Amino acid sequence: MPSLKDLKNRIESVKSTRKITKAMQMVAAAKLRRAQESAEMARPYAERFNAVMAQLAASVGDSENAPPLLRGTGSDNVHLLIVMTAERGLCGGFNANIAKLAKAEASKLLEQGKTVKILTVGKKGREAMKRDFSDHFIDHVDLSEVKYVGYADAQSIAKNVLDRFDNGEFDVAQMFYSQFKNVMTQTPTAQQIIPASYETPEGEEATATGTVYDYEPDEEAILADLLPRGVATAIFSGLLENGAGEMGARMTAMDNATRNAGEMIDKLTVQYNRSRQAVITNELIEIISGAEAL
Amino acid sequence: MADKVQFDLVSPERRVASVEADAILIPGAEGDMTAMAEHAPTITTLRPGILKVTGGGEGDEEYIVTGGFAEINGSAITVLAERAMPRGDMTREHFQQMVKEAEDVLAKAKETHVNEPGPVDDAAKLLSDMVAMGDEIGLSAY
Repeated sequence: MPSLKDLKNRIESVKSTRKITKAMQMVAAAKLRRAQESAEMARPYAERFNAVMAQLAASVGDSENAPPLLRGTGSDNVHLLIVMTAERGLCGGFNANIAKLAKAEASKLLEQGKTVKILTVGKKGREAMKRDFSDHFIDHVDLSEVKYVGYADAQSIAKNVLDRFDNGEFDVAQMFYSQFKNVMTQTPTAQQIIPASYETPEGEEATATGTVYDYEPDEEAILADLLPRGVATAIFSGLLENGAGEMGARMTAMDNATRNAGEMIDKLTVQYNRSRQAVITNELIEIISGAEAL
Repeated sequence: MADKVQFDLVSPERRVASVEADAILIPGAEGDMTAMAEHAPTITTLRPGILKVTGGGEGDEEYIVTGGFAEINGSAITVLAERAMPRGDMTREHFQQMVKEAEDVLAKAKETHVNEPGPVDDAAKLLSDMVAMGDEIGLSAY
């Protein structure tokens, strides 16, 4: 049975925890709005870009001279997994879910006898993957100094990846990130970025085939120019989705933590009041029985 | 006066401009081109340069664009540029950084493609386009 003093201390400590989680929740909510805004602003670019790429890819097709970024290297022995997670924890299962998906994919590929290379973006993913797959790590991108993800960050990651591709270090690249559905749900997703697959979105097919475009320079030259940018664009939208997802997950996690702390305070307060009452009753009994004895 | 055309200038991070305009001067990879309403559908890549919007609201507006492409069809012109900013926002430091990046690309192309002129020429052209753009806006690269 904890003493009154102990109970009081515990209540105080849970109260200060609640203050912290509450503050973190509010910070996450504010940052979430920002992250969502930037994800929203990036959408027109990505959409137009993918639409045009889909057209181009369709017209160049599987021809022999299609660039390797689109067609692939012809083999799929070496896989590069780009695991993008947050730099910080305290956001529920957000990082763990992405890492879990990546781990499952890595194990599957290893079972098939493929070579797996892993590039991590974000400290938390690296920590989660370290135990089982540290032999496969080839590089790590640290974004902990970056406050708001910009296109330049995505570009430098893309450059890193493309340089490795040009040197023949891998055949297929997949990117793991969390898709931001809403504040409550983020879906860990795997997306293949090299070789790229651009699909015409449903409903746009009519316009895509309806207009015949002139290309300047020709299709292949445009494609060769744009494909590397496509990698950066894909990574950028992944980073933005992650950014919004992280904040959403943290907000939910902190909301839960705040509520739990509240419940705990209630319980402890009840216990504290009971013990206090018990002490008072005890004292009364002692006084009364003392008086009766006289 | 001919019809106006919807013009959108989009960078990866945000929509830089979205106006109805008379004509757009686009720095295409193979030369400048002006697009107006009812232009034949065209897709062209961009070289670093100045994009000029005529008749979109208050007077002419100019933007610095690098890397990306323009999609033109009869009723709308969409320019997707990796970097896009109003000309007034361009500073010397920013420009020098861009030139430096182009120089790095050239140096690297020379290293990796020793006997292939293609990529080296491309990189050299990128750099010279960049410098030419600098001269035009009154920022010298050196």
